[in-house]
Amino acid sequence: MEKEQIRPQDSEYAVEMLHITKRFPGIIANDDITLQLRKGEIHALLGENGAGKSTLMSVLFGLYQPEEGIIKINGKEVKISDPNDANDLGIGMVHQHFKLVECFTVLDNIILGVEPVGKAGILHKAEARKRVLKLSEKYGLQVNPDAKISDITVGMQQRTEILKMLYRDNDILIFDEPTAVLTPQEIEELMQIMRNLAAEGKSILFISHKLAEIMAVADRCSVLRKGKYIGTVNTKDVTMEDLSAMMVGRNVNFHVEKKPQKLGDVILKVENMTVASHMHKNNAVKNVSFEVRAGEIVCIAGIDGNGQTEFVYGLTGLEPLAGGKITLLGKDITKMPIRRRSVMGMSHIPEDRHKHGLVLDYSLEYNIVLQRYFEPQFNKNEFLRRKNIRAYADQLIEQYDIRSGQGAITSARSMSGGNQQKAIVAREIDRNPSLLVAVQPTRGLDVGAIEYIHKQIVAQRDAGKAVLLVSLEMDEVLDVSDRILVMYEGEIVGELDPKTTTPEEMGLYMAGAKRKEM
Amino acid sequence: MRKGNSILRKPAVQTLLSSLLCILLGLLVGFIALLIINPSGAVEAILDIIKNFWNYSKRATQLKNLGNTLVKTAPLLMCSLSVLFAYKVGLFNIGAAGQYVAGAGACIFCAVGLGWHWLPCMIASILAGALVGAISGLLKATRNVNEVISCIMLNWISLYLVNTLLSKVKNPTSPYTYNVAKQMVIENGASTTVAHPEALLPQLGINTLFNNNKYVGLAIPLAILLAVGIWVLLNKTRLGYELRATGLNKHAAKYCGMQDKANIVLTMAIAGGLAGIGASMLYLTGFEEWSVTQSSVPGMGFNGIAAAFLGGLHPIGTIFSSFFIQHITDGGAQLNKQVYPSEISGLISSLIIYFCAFVLFFKLTLNRRLDRKAERLQAIAQKEGGKA
Repeated sequence: MEKEQIRPQDSEYAVEMLHITKRFPGIIANDDITLQLRKGEIHALLGENGAGKSTLMSVLFGLYQPEEGIIKINGKEVKISDPNDANDLGIGMVHQHFKLVECFTVLDNIILGVEPVGKAGILHKAEARKRVLKLSEKYGLQVNPDAKISDITVGMQQRTEILKMLYRDNDILIFDEPTAVLTPQEIEELMQIMRNLAAEGKSILFISHKLAEIMAVADRCSVLRKGKYIGTVNTKDVTMEDLSAMMVGRNVNFHVEKKPQKLGDVILKVENMTVASHMHKNNAVKNVSFEVRAGEIVCIAGIDGNGQTEFVYGLTGLEPLAGGKITLLGKDITKMPIRRRSVMGMSHIPEDRHKHGLVLDYSLEYNIVLQRYFEPQFNKNEFLRRKNIRAYADQLIEQYDIRSGQGAITSARSMSGGNQQKAIVAREIDRNPSLLVAVQPTRGLDVGAIEYIHKQIVAQRDAGKAVLLVSLEMDEVLDVSDRILVMYEGEIVGELDPKTTTPEEMGLYMAGAKRKEM
Repeated sequence: MRKGNSILRKPAVQTLLSSLLCILLGLLVGFIALLIINPSGAVEAILDIIKNFWNYSKRATQLKNLGNTLVKTAPLLMCSLSVLFAYKVGLFNIGAAGQYVAGAGACIFCAVGLGWHWLPCMIASILAGALVGAISGLLKATRNVNEVISCIMLNWISLYLVNTLLSKVKNPTSPYTYNVAKQMVIENGASTTVAHPEALLPQLGINTLFNNNKYVGLAIPLAILLAVGIWVLLNKTRLGYELRATGLNKHAAKYCGMQDKANIVLTMAIAGGLAGIGASMLYLTGFEEWSVTQSSVPGMGFNGIAAAFLGGLHPIGTIFSSFFIQHITDGGAQLNKQVYPSEISGLISSLIIYFCAFVLFFKLTLNRRLDRKAERLQAIAQKEGGKA
């Protein structure tokens, strides 16, 4: 640890958000929250989804006006009414989803909006390039200023975002879940960059719910829970367990309990599957073959955008295959329509619950029968049997603890992300599938909901079902699965055993640095 | 989310309130237009428009004119149902006008040219409208052609095809076709007509309620029945569940195995059929004949868009909004033509539609006010109140 560097502990604060309260109809998103960011420190902001982190940041950027509380920058009280004000005060942010122009070069993206323009509107790029190169050298941010964004790695895209902030002379840097899209190696690099920045006097606010990263890089950590301020601690003085208890309000069982494995018949067999890409001319999925047996959880791991989405589309029938064969329960389903696959016993928890998983403007009960409304139980002579639908929805709501404002008639849109996901999980699992395809089933959920959904998935496996899990979360992959297949650029590049592999080894496969012939 | 119990929260009440507000604003701006044209008679003129048939002093004449308004309300209601139905499935059926034209062509030709009974004529209208609608649907589903573009083009294609077709049953002494109460027969190379009352929609005795207005009949109850039917179809049936799901989120519809493409074609065919039957509801009363030289698409389909939105996109709401729009359109005919153009009622109804765009805004503002009020009350009641 390099925390012994000069970090004047008693200097004045770069940012002070004092007693911020922000209400929305029916909910207090920030309830008397105080956040104090010291100059030159790395300060983590920890909280589950819905804890109020985003709202607090939106207040700092002037997107929301708080009802109560004041904001001080460098000790002076300020009023921030829009993001431009925040920019003028030297506050910059790297968003979780980068805000870059894909077809522009790195340099173009960095100067976008603050172009050095001479007389008659002529652009002085040479000057800008010099400054960018100087900054990149000073902070160890390696980029190629002339490469197009669409051609560079996610890590370099992130460095471009950081340079954007530095180019604008921002001294207060906010990183919003910056590691979600990175490989373990890239995460390590980012941590080093953050340390360099802090050493140069920049103040960093690091928003995350990954405890290990917070412990590794942050000096202090402020915790929010359900809109309330829980406390600020020095990371030196606490353990991961302490932080997690602060975040969740109870002790969380990180480990997923599984029964000993009882392997059954082959349920799903994929042979030489190839799926075309919509983004580029190459195939997104190339020649993928594997099997999933009853009673096992096979996990497809990989970094986002390596063909997992297209693979699932091909498997579930949302996209036609360019080649290959899929066999489910001994039957060729390669050309089978979606409905027949689903009736045959394939359940699908989709990656994007708002795009595919739910009709947001339908009620919860209508969403719960989305895969079954055509069954005789739910319609007779083409008319919906609303009583049966209601009864079934109520049963699932009870059984799976789906919480919503008005029960079965709640609009799906008004439900929290976790409960929306629970509704989908309930719907898909309750159909008693032979094969459960779960794609990032815990994305964006809080620890409690993650724990719950993992239990449900494992229960399916223990009940002798085949489970195919597609996940980007390293911890999830290692905790839940029985077998790991790593996907890189549309190919399966390695099969790993979660009991013997390490995150570092997986990272090498995920980054394409290592591969086994399959 | 917690909701208050205020009656203003009810979506139906909100829709009604905002529609009334639109009407009020539309009339107000229309009144300003009248003032600009001629300030001295403006008050009288706007009242004339609002009163429509009440302008007549005799009760018998009032009823007869109310009947005329109703005769034209039925096709307007069908066009607005056509627009509404497609809209619920996420499609904008600006082609109701063309589908209406196709329906008109089919029923007039079958009645006058072929001498069919009214029922098969009506069915021919439905099929013709459905066919035109299905073409747009098919283009959308298979080639991803925007339905607005294909609908607008099909409006003109339908118009000129129908003009060509109906030239065959044209009265040689006027640009109009023969009335559907007559059947055309060719004798010695020249066309004459014989009486053919079977092609007229049955009056069912309803005409007696309107001072024996002979055009009033089956169309009006049938239109209302269909409006209710559309509501049932959308809200109570499996098909409605599928179609609305497709309209609200086509990705989710595809994900759960609904035939999203077939649904798009089916939706446009049903929408077209509704507009088509609307045409037969007007022309099979013998109220009007078709001018084969007309070079603009009849406004009925476009007014249908207006009525659908003014009715809050609810099938039952459109019954009233269709009547209202037809009412003020006919009211425009009451004006002194020397001073005011009768198009002023068209202006007012379009202004009302324009203000309909504010319906959403109005609802939003209302809800926000209610929320704030509820929050205040809650804050007083207890300090702790939020849940994630």
